[in-house]
Amino acid sequence: MVELRVNGAAHALDVEADRTLLSVLRDELDLTGTKYGCGEGQCGACTVLVGGKPVRSCMTPVGSVAGKPITTIEGLAKDGALHPLQQAFIDLDAMQCGYCTPGMILAGAALLAANRDPTDEQIAEALEGHVCRCGTYQRIRAAVHRAAEVMKGGPR
Amino acid sequence: MSDERLEDILADHGLLPDATFSRRDFISALGGGIAVLILFPRSEAEAQRGGPQGPTEIGGWVHIDQAGQVTAFVGKVELGQNARTSLSMVVAEELRIEPSAVNLVMADTSITPYDAGTFGSRTTPGTVPPLRKAAAAARELLLDLAAQQLAVDRTTLTVADHKVTHADGRSLTFGELTKGQKLVQAIPDQVPETPPAEWRVVGHPTPKVDAVTVVTGQKRFASDQKRPGMLHGKVLRPTAYRATLKSLDTAAAEAMPGVTVVHDGDFVGVVAPTEVAAAKALDAIQAEWNAQTLVKPEELYEHLKSTAQQTDRGGNTVGSMVDGLAAAEVKLERSYTVSYLAHAAIEPRSATAEWENGNLTAWTATQSPFGVRSGLSRQFGLPETQVRVIAPDTGNGYGGKTPGQAASEAARLAKVVGRPVRVAWTREEEMTWPHFRPAGVIDVTSGALRNGKLVAWEYHNYNSGPAALGTPYAVPNQLVQHHPCDSPLAQGAYRGLAAPANIWARETHMDEMAHELGLDPLAFRLANLTDDRLRTVLQTATARFGWGQALATGGRGFGLGCGIDKGGYTATCAEVLVDQTTRQVRVVRILTAFECGAIINPLQLENQIIGAATMALGPALFEALEFDEQRLLNTSYSAYRLPRFSDLPQIEAVMVDRRDLPSAGGGETPFAGVAPAIGNAIFNATGVRLRALPLVPNGMPAA
Repeated sequence: MVELRVNGAAHALDVEADRTLLSVLRDELDLTGTKYGCGEGQCGACTVLVGGKPVRSCMTPVGSVAGKPITTIEGLAKDGALHPLQQAFIDLDAMQCGYCTPGMILAGAALLAANRDPTDEQIAEALEGHVCRCGTYQRIRAAVHRAAEVMKGGPR
Repeated sequence: MSDERLEDILADHGLLPDATFSRRDFISALGGGIAVLILFPRSEAEAQRGGPQGPTEIGGWVHIDQAGQVTAFVGKVELGQNARTSLSMVVAEELRIEPSAVNLVMADTSITPYDAGTFGSRTTPGTVPPLRKAAAAARELLLDLAAQQLAVDRTTLTVADHKVTHADGRSLTFGELTKGQKLVQAIPDQVPETPPAEWRVVGHPTPKVDAVTVVTGQKRFASDQKRPGMLHGKVLRPTAYRATLKSLDTAAAEAMPGVTVVHDGDFVGVVAPTEVAAAKALDAIQAEWNAQTLVKPEELYEHLKSTAQQTDRGGNTVGSMVDGLAAAEVKLERSYTVSYLAHAAIEPRSATAEWENGNLTAWTATQSPFGVRSGLSRQFGLPETQVRVIAPDTGNGYGGKTPGQAASEAARLAKVVGRPVRVAWTREEEMTWPHFRPAGVIDVTSGALRNGKLVAWEYHNYNSGPAALGTPYAVPNQLVQHHPCDSPLAQGAYRGLAAPANIWARETHMDEMAHELGLDPLAFRLANLTDDRLRTVLQTATARFGWGQALATGGRGFGLGCGIDKGGYTATCAEVLVDQTTRQVRVVRILTAFECGAIINPLQLENQIIGAATMALGPALFEALEFDEQRLLNTSYSAYRLPRFSDLPQIEAVMVDRRDLPSAGGGETPFAGVAPAIGNAIFNATGVRLRALPLVPNGMPAA
C-alpha cells in the first residue's frame, strides 16, 4: 500500500512500491496528462512536480514519493484559473502536437517559482532535458518570458 | 437540391452499412438536422486514395444538428500539423461562426469519409477545398430554410452568430432552422465560397482550437485511450534485425498470475493485468533467435549503388548530356550521401483493440486509419465493415506512423484473451521496428558557361527517393534519374519524403558550381532560375537576411538553399560560427521564406516553418541512425541525438501570402532548404566542403 498526495488529494493505492510514479499516475489514477516519451529521463514528457521540484516520473519509484505533495499538469491551475505559463502557452500558440507541453509547462513553472526573471540561457538550461520534437522551442522560451512578465505584474 | 433521407444517401455512399456502428446509432447520434456531403472530382478522389479502387468519393461532410451544433467529418489525422484548427477555420469561415464552435470529427473509419492517409502535405490542397464547399453549401441551405420560414427574399438575409437574420431584425438560430429537418444535400457544383477579400477567419492568426485541453493535460492522445476491462500486452522482439525465432521457453511467464502467452510462428506476445506485469512476463521468456548478417555500415553506399535498378519514375531527360558537356566551359562531378534517420516521434505508437460480437475496433496512433483497417481486415479475414479504426490525435508522425503494427499486435492479443488489450511501444521499440528515412547516394555531373549559365545537369539518386528529384533551374540538357536499391534497413516515408535529400544535394552542388565560376551563390542561382515563385522566395529570404552584407571572417559564414516541393516554395539562409579551436559548428541564425499560396493560418504556418527549421538542424548537423551488421545501435533518446534548446539558433519565418493562388500544405517543404543552407555556410566559413549528411556529427573533420 502506498499513500500518494496528488494535486491536493490523498490516495491509498495497492501498488508495488517499485512501480514507476508515471505508471501509477496514468494507469491507477487516470492522470494521463503526464506522458511517456523515452523511459530514461531524457525527454521530460513525464515531468511532475514533487514538493515543487520537477521530477522525471518515469524513473521515480512510487514508494519514494509517498506522502510528498505531487503536482501533475491536471493540478497546476488553481480554482479554475490557469497558471500564467499555461495562459502564455495558449496566447503564444507555443505548441504543435502538444505531447511535450505538460512537461514543458511544469518544468517552466518550477523555474519561474525559483527565478522571477529568467534569461534565455537560464530557460534553455532548465528545459534542456525536454524534447519538443515539433521544434517549438523558440515559442516555448517566449512563453516563459511572457509568463514572467505577467507574474511580475502581480497576481492576476 | 436533393432532399433525401439522410440514412439512404449515406448508405448509398458506403458510409453506413457498418456493423461496428449501427445505422440506428448513427442517425440517433446525428439527431436529424441537415447534412452536406462533398463528392470529390474524380481526379482528386484518386489522388487521395492512391488509386481508382477506393470505396467512396465523399471528400468530407458537414452536419448541423437540431441544436445548431456544426460538426464536420474528415478522414485526416491530427499529428501536430494543426489540421484540426485549419479545417475548423475553413468551416467556421463559411458558416460565419468561430473555429472553436466547430466540432471536427477526424479519422474514424466508421463515420468519417475514406482517406488514403495524412501525408504528402495533402490535407490543405485535398481536404480544404471540398470542406469549404460543404460548409458554404450548408450556409446556403440555412439561408433557403430561413427564407422559406420567414417568407422573405433570401438576399435580405445575413448569417452571423449561429443565426440567420433578416433586415427587419427577425432571426432564426441554426437550431431553429434545422429542427425537424432530415435534409441531405450532395454538393452542387456551384456554391458561392467566401472570397479571400472577405475572409474574417481564414488568413488570420488563430490559436489551436483545443489549446486549453493541451495545457491542462485533458487532451487524450492515442496512448491515453482506455477501455473497461482492458489488459496490457507486450510483444517479444528479436535480438537482431530481421531475425527469426530459433527456440522458445515461455513456462516461467505462463506461471505468472494473470499472464497469457500468445505464440504463433515468430510472433510471441504476452497479456497481463498491468503494463508492469506484462513487461515482467516478457522478461521471463527465454528465446533464441537466428540472426541474419546485414550490410556493414561502411559498405552501405557501395551496396546501394551495386543493387541499383534503372527506372524512369520521376526522372527527366531534356536535350543531350553529350552536347551539354561538350559546350560546358566548367564541369563538375560530385557525389553526396545521406544517412538513415529515425522519425523519433515523441509519442511512441500504441493501440487499444477490442473485439465485440466478432467485430474489431482499434484506437491507434496512425497516419493511415483506413490503411490500418484494410490490414486488420486481411489479417483476421474480416470484411472491412466489421473493422473500425479510430486514430486519436497523436504526438507526431513525420511519415513514420503510416503502418499499423501496434494495432495488429493489440488485435491479435485481444482476440486470444477475449478482453480489450492495449499495446504501447517503448521508446526502444519505436526507434527499432518501424521504417526509416532512406539512406542514399546522389551523384551529380554539371556543366556551365563562364558567364554563369548552366548547360548540362546529370543527376542520379540512388535509393533516397524521387520527391523533388528534378531541378527547378532552367538547364537545356538534363538527365535525371532515381534508382531504387536494396536497402538493408526497412525504409519509407519521412517528412518531405526525399525532398530534403534531393534539395540538399542539388543546392550543395549549385554552391560548388558557383564557387568554381567565382560567382556569388545567389547571383548564380538567379541567373539560372526562371520560376517566378521560387525567385520571389529566394529574393525575399536573402533581402530579409541581409545577404551579402556581412563578410565571412573569424569562422563566421553564410549560406543558402532553396527548392520547390508539394506546391510549396522555400528558401533558407543560414549563418554559422565555426570554432577554430574546438572544431564545433554553431548555427547562429536561420531565416526561411516560404510561399504555399493563400495562407490559411499564419500563426500555425509560422510554427511549421520554425519547427521544420528546428527539426532539420538534426539531420543537417548530427542526427543519424547507427547500425552494425545485425542491429541498430542508437535506439534511445540518450543515444540518438535530437535538437534541443541548446542547439537553438535565432530562427525567423517570412511568409509570402498569395491569396490569388490555391493553398498548398506547409508542413514538409520548409524543412528542405535548411541543410544545404547550413552546409554552404560552413563552406563559406571554412573553405571545407562537406558532402555527407549529417555534416558534423563529431564537429568539423580534422584538417
